[in-house]
Amino acid sequence: MATTYRTCPASGLQFEAHAEKLMKWNAVVAVLWLLVGGIGALGVIMTRWPAFKLLPADQFYTILTAHGIDMLLMWILHFEMAVLYFASSVLLRCRIWAPKLGWGGFWLMVIGGLMTNVAIFQGESSVMFTSYVPMQAAPHFYLGLILVAVGSLIGCAIFFGTLVVAKKDKTYTGSIPMVTFGALTAAIIAVFTILSGAGILIPTFLWSVGLIKEIDAQLYRMVWWALGHSSQQINVAAHVSIWYLIPAIVIGAKPLSEKVSRGAFLLYILFLQLASAHHLLSDPGMSAEWKVLNTSYFMYFAVMASMIHGFTVPGAVEAAMRRKGFNNGLFEWLRKAPWGNPAFAGMFISLVSFGFLGGISGVVLGTEQINMLMHNTFYVPGHFHTTVVTGTTLAFMAVTYLLVPTLFRRKMIWPKLCQIQPYLFGIAMSITGLVMMGAGTLGVSRRHWDMAFSGAPFQYEWPGAAYLMMGMTGFFGVITIIGGALWIVLVVGSLLFGEKLDGGAVSDKPTPIPAATPAAAASHHGSDHVAVPGTVILALALLVAFVLYYYVNWKYLSEVWLLS
Amino acid sequence: MSSILPPSNRLWWKESIDKTEWTWIGIAFVWGMIMFVMMIYWHIYGKQNLSNEAYKTTPEMFAAKAEKFIAENTIRTETDLEIPVVKVPPGGDGYLIARLWNWYPILELQEGKEYKIHLSSMDYNHGFSLQPVNINIQVIPGYEHVVKMTPTSTGTFAIVCNEFCGIGHHTMLGRIYVK
Repeated sequence: MATTYRTCPASGLQFEAHAEKLMKWNAVVAVLWLLVGGIGALGVIMTRWPAFKLLPADQFYTILTAHGIDMLLMWILHFEMAVLYFASSVLLRCRIWAPKLGWGGFWLMVIGGLMTNVAIFQGESSVMFTSYVPMQAAPHFYLGLILVAVGSLIGCAIFFGTLVVAKKDKTYTGSIPMVTFGALTAAIIAVFTILSGAGILIPTFLWSVGLIKEIDAQLYRMVWWALGHSSQQINVAAHVSIWYLIPAIVIGAKPLSEKVSRGAFLLYILFLQLASAHHLLSDPGMSAEWKVLNTSYFMYFAVMASMIHGFTVPGAVEAAMRRKGFNNGLFEWLRKAPWGNPAFAGMFISLVSFGFLGGISGVVLGTEQINMLMHNTFYVPGHFHTTVVTGTTLAFMAVTYLLVPTLFRRKMIWPKLCQIQPYLFGIAMSITGLVMMGAGTLGVSRRHWDMAFSGAPFQYEWPGAAYLMMGMTGFFGVITIIGGALWIVLVVGSLLFGEKLDGGAVSDKPTPIPAATPAAAASHHGSDHVAVPGTVILALALLVAFVLYYYVNWKYLSEVWLLS
Repeated sequence: MSSILPPSNRLWWKESIDKTEWTWIGIAFVWGMIMFVMMIYWHIYGKQNLSNEAYKTTPEMFAAKAEKFIAENTIRTETDLEIPVVKVPPGGDGYLIARLWNWYPILELQEGKEYKIHLSSMDYNHGFSLQPVNINIQVIPGYEHVVKMTPTSTGTFAIVCNEFCGIGHHTMLGRIYVK
């Protein structure tokens, strides 16, 4: 298929015409889903805020189901398709493989997303994101999800195909870039995830139309989580790739060690999916040995991988800043980092919040016995709002500040507001996540319409602190939503009204990535090496917080009733 | 060279890893091992471990066992709904039904005595959330989970359902007395 290649004059990135269009449309649809999910978030938070209790129970559960699906699947998957196409076609400077198929995948995802949303808003499919059987949704709820899964699988196939194209057309020499490697990790995990999803959603769909009589409720939970949790690992691999991407573009950062960072991505592929077992720690159907094996041996290698990225990403920033001469003391590199650049600020807040809040809480939650203190409490959404939202969503928002000028060729409007947005959203979401975890520690349930239990035969009064935490969740949740709405306004406003930028020279042929000069290769190690003492301090702070919080929870556990 | 370009050293996997990075990898590995050992340690020395004892069952089978238990051990009824309060024999077996939308019956336990509490659901997934103690266990239809519990405090405790189970989910509140 005839195509053209455009080299962006500002960034030097090269966009192939078909890939460019696919990325644009996936990104635009992603933003629209974020808008729908964000309106859902407002309904959820204003209902759980005890002072308001906005929606009636049925609408609350409907909106909560939509919020989960539209955010966790629709917004993130569509954006990830754009990330995959960017990491392959743009970074490897080659044509995208089978763009027509790519459009097929795109439309499957769009139609599937709409279908599932129609099912949800018809009111008969308020089964939550997890849709645990035997609670049943309408058949088109499951069918929509299956279409989304097939569409995403096609996106992954396009990514793999594009890697082959680049190799065959020799648009680069040596190995693929780190960011592409991270995206490859995400795509491999995605294939596993989607196959697990097919393994559970197809039978569930058949059950919903009456072709299968029964699905074992425990088996469903096990297979579903191979989809449910692994899909979050795609997000982790994708947003870690963006953590490498943004500093590379903004301050010219390079990995401290290709080997270490790629090894850490490899650990994700090998071990992360198995970590989905940690959703079943308080279930009856699995043995303690199975739980310990899956949550420790397997999960801790993935945790180790995240801890490695948690070191190498800020380390790469520190090294790049020190090379620029910000060499005084331990933290001049950090103070003088480009905090006014929303892409960088968003990326760094994402890194810190994901590590300190999402990461630590996730590992504690995933400890076999400690899980009993938090299973199904508000702690769980507290945890994943500091992984998927401050981690993934904020990283995606941050990279968009780079994509709007280079991909959409529009200057961002209102630069002052752009500067504020990642702080507003990132910090408010981090605080929200923290107070959600606080409420969960006090036992408050997730997915629960009324913490006053109106209509129950008995009374139970939560501690005053729990009400305080829920009130704070409401307050900071609303600020987070304002931060998210601001991002949508800025992005959509820039796409519509932003100053048009020069697209750069268009050519019929790709310009391959120039091979590294032997001198540059030789200087890569040794002379170029920079020590990163500031990062060491940050990493140790993470470790200390991790260890203390981990043992505090064992202390809590030791105080509850005896169980055996 | 940069994260968005192919590695400048084509043989990047032959580069040596800096001492700082090795140290951090080592720390992360050791910490993972410590966390692994903690779970096993707690199985041996800790006093809060979730029971491994579970059986496949059906709502009918479980309900029959529970009704027998209730008929034999009820000491009084409470509320307008006449919910039975059932005294579980110390060291013996107690049955708790989770269903739309109540926990049935009310159990009465004694502090410091060990009980085998059988949990199962008649319909959807439910969540056993004992408050304010804060113990949370998934209750799944078709599975009978036998959890050994020893109350360490007296008073009135609530069982909140913390797995979404439909429109009446928030009214699903049960009760345990510990004397």
